[in-house]
Amino acid sequence: MQADLILFWVFAPISVASAIAMLVMRNAVHSALFLIVNFFCLALFYLILGATFLFAVQIIVYAGAIMVLFLFVIMLLGVDGREDLRERRLIAQRPVAIALGVAFVLEVTFAIRASIGFSALAPAGFDKVNEGGNAQALAKVLFSKYFFPFEVTSILLIIAAIAAMILAQRKSHAVTQAEMEAHNAAIEPVAPEPVA
Amino acid sequence: MSTPISYFLVLSSILFAIGSVGVLTRKNALIIFMSVELQLNAVNLTLVAFSRMHNSLNGQVLAFFSMVVAAAEVVVGLAIIVSLFRSRHSASVDDASLMKL
Repeated sequence: MQADLILFWVFAPISVASAIAMLVMRNAVHSALFLIVNFFCLALFYLILGATFLFAVQIIVYAGAIMVLFLFVIMLLGVDGREDLRERRLIAQRPVAIALGVAFVLEVTFAIRASIGFSALAPAGFDKVNEGGNAQALAKVLFSKYFFPFEVTSILLIIAAIAAMILAQRKSHAVTQAEMEAHNAAIEPVAPEPVA
Repeated sequence: MSTPISYFLVLSSILFAIGSVGVLTRKNALIIFMSVELQLNAVNLTLVAFSRMHNSLNGQVLAFFSMVVAAAEVVVGLAIIVSLFRSRHSASVDDASLMKL
């Protein structure tokens, strides 16, 4: 048994367990922390699969930036709003959802068995693809074949930043003359009553 | 590498199923959003596994793009959740039944 197979069998149960733990935790902060564990496991799988650049990006972008953003919003909204997991409004919502999930896994498993089989190993020669390092090889593809989509993502990121600013700002409306007069009348000092 | 590619594909389908169960059952908008992230990551694992299987970097580039899109999506989605919370004082999706802030 080789090292990558041992790594896989150590971290695959951890990633599934942390995903399930994320699902059943009542506190949103605990869910976010379990999701970070899951993202680290996925980063290790990228490393096993020879995608070293994506391994780094996964840790920096997902486990770092995105999860910090999640925790920031959880803190902003308050962590006291605990969800009651027993409260159900739709009949049999949870059993149906779990049955659909199991059906999906079984379907994919049968599809894999029918197509590539369970014991198909990755072909040799990935070192040749990754010649000069994974990041360098990826950059060569990204900046030649995928140059236009790469530029389009910059527009996407700018639009996302502007949209977030517009959505998150408080609604302020122009004050009309009538509102101003009403406001002034409300704060008008009350004349002192004459002393009897 | 002695790990069969199919192991990664089955694992990613399990993670995707867990994410979809989360989207279908949970009420807290933040947890639903985390489940969506889990689904996106499961598909990324599939892309990287196929990239290894076909000895090509196209899958890794696609996974990279999907990470960029996920980052943009998280920013907008969390801003929507914050503005929903401001108007309804709750992060539950049951309270957000109108397509209106």
